[in-house]
Amino acid sequence: MAGFLQQVIEGLTAGAIYAGLALALVLIYRFTGIVNFAQGELAMFSAFLAWQCVQSGLPFWVALPATLAVSFVGGMLIERVIIRPVEGAPELTLVIVTVGLFFFINAAAGWIWSYQVKSFPNPFPEGAFRAGGVTAGYSSLGVLGVVAAVMGLLYLLFRYTKIGLAMRAVACNPQSARLVGIRVGTVLALGWGLAALVGAVSGVLSAPLLFLEPNMMGGVLIYAFAAATLGGFDSPGGAVAGGLIVGVAETLTGAYLDVIGTELKIGVPLVIILGVLLLRPQGLFGRAVVERV
Amino acid sequence: MSDMGTRNTAVAAETSSAPTETVAPRAETRRLRMPDWTWLGIGALLLIACLAPFQLVPFRTFQLALAMIYAVALLGLNVLVGHTGQISLGHGAFFAVGAYTSAVLMDRWDTPYFATLPVAAAVAFALGFALGIPALRLRGLYLALVTLAIAIFLVPLLKRFESVTGGSMGLTLTKPAPPVWTGLAEDQWLYFLALLVTVVSFVLVAGLLRSRVGRALHAIRDNEIAAEVMGVRLAFYKTLAFACGAMLAGAAGCVYTWVIGFVSPDSFAVGLSITLLAGLVVGGLGGHWGPLLGGLFVMYVPSFAQDLNQAAPGVIFGLLIIAVMYLAPNGLAGLLGRTARWLEHLVRKGKNNAH
Repeated sequence: MAGFLQQVIEGLTAGAIYAGLALALVLIYRFTGIVNFAQGELAMFSAFLAWQCVQSGLPFWVALPATLAVSFVGGMLIERVIIRPVEGAPELTLVIVTVGLFFFINAAAGWIWSYQVKSFPNPFPEGAFRAGGVTAGYSSLGVLGVVAAVMGLLYLLFRYTKIGLAMRAVACNPQSARLVGIRVGTVLALGWGLAALVGAVSGVLSAPLLFLEPNMMGGVLIYAFAAATLGGFDSPGGAVAGGLIVGVAETLTGAYLDVIGTELKIGVPLVIILGVLLLRPQGLFGRAVVERV
Repeated sequence: MSDMGTRNTAVAAETSSAPTETVAPRAETRRLRMPDWTWLGIGALLLIACLAPFQLVPFRTFQLALAMIYAVALLGLNVLVGHTGQISLGHGAFFAVGAYTSAVLMDRWDTPYFATLPVAAAVAFALGFALGIPALRLRGLYLALVTLAIAIFLVPLLKRFESVTGGSMGLTLTKPAPPVWTGLAEDQWLYFLALLVTVVSFVLVAGLLRSRVGRALHAIRDNEIAAEVMGVRLAFYKTLAFACGAMLAGAAGCVYTWVIGFVSPDSFAVGLSITLLAGLVVGGLGGHWGPLLGGLFVMYVPSFAQDLNQAAPGVIFGLLIIAVMYLAPNGLAGLLGRTARWLEHLVRKGKNNAH
């Protein structure tokens, strides 16, 4: 039983990281209807920025907000420069543009920082919290705490601030939002900036666990897709719940199903994506889309 | 679209020209001659392709053969993406299936290499069909997600079944030897095998697209709902497009095994799938020539850029994909076509002025 709980805790830690990236995906999807294939690479780039800051002597807790600020501005810039011209284009065009972005950011990181694996300082203290035979490392608890905090802040932003209200209005109906005087373009850029920020949190959190290199987020991205699909692509809360479920499911399958083992764990998100899309395409917490023709 | 237009005018000209042959306007006859130029171009291209291996050093011949293999794979992807409008980020997986089918057959059962081609194509077709059934109930983005997940999943799967696939070490095979009567060197023989497969694939796909299947696929791409109303069975045709695309990728993968003589899981990582999509976009979606240009692009751009920096191919690919999407949505093929029409316009203007 203790072994099982141990696996669940590890699953939750991994799941918190997937949840962070899934949250970023969902934010962009809600605002622009785009599934951003480059989200993982943006997170990776942010992790590299944080690493560079720490490397140049800044303490981690100073480097982190600096990285987040740069990521936020970077996300807004990408929306303005790359996404705006193809807004409203067919899905194929949008997917291809974000795939191009994926290529570019991945290779740019490789160009700047090389493909050698770097170790990232762990921001949380060593040691673990023990209770009844179960150990929860402080870094696991820290990751879970940070994702919970991000989630809470986003909730407060959307629920209680004026800008949050404007953002919800744009996500709900861009044309009506424009008619009541909201600057839709600015809000869309803000949405991308927020998503880049949330993704950056996920990237910085996962860097100590995964080792830092340009391809580190490739695997995480597919888990995040599974999480967003499971929770529903238009539901931020669903994305977090989906991330945690995917993380736990992945860890338990790897640990208890010998046929799968650790190597084939990557099949778990594939099965989850396929299963959800075939049985409940809108996800657990999403709304079914009704289209007028 | 354009060749349908010329065909219609050709029919119209045929029916009307019999009694009034002398009155037929000059412009009409000139337009009728257009397809001849296309055929002449194809003939010249084939001639160059046949002569090339006798003029080039073996390594260049090998590179050209690889470019043609990529072109065949892109041809399959073009049926799905360019002609049916479905997104696939997992085309490399079917390429890998073809390559591995051929390799395993040759390695474990000593099958003669030419017999592995139909098997590889059939296995890829069947797999494409089977995966297409659930995947194509999904639309747009979700299909992209599922195919991406498949491409990512394939590599660990290949590594896992080590007894069959050779694990991460892969399989090394002897390359097909040229028959004595041809008098060709090994690289030349492999080149001609690749050329043959390329030509046959292009002819088959051109035929498919001219048939009612091709029209159904175009209808689905242009407006799914309207297509369904017109009696096109969406699920069937989408699955068929998926399976045909997979089959061509499988055939390309099989020839890849012949030419390289080695397969390993890491050659078919998810990067291959994304590179293929990028190559097709840059080459040109939905035309006849896009896959060929895309194949050359996928082959040569990375090998040139590699000299600059290990990351340079990715940077160039990324920038080019985005630039092409903005500036030339029909890719290089569209640009070439536009240039050709512009030149023709200039020539015609010059002639008119001379009169």
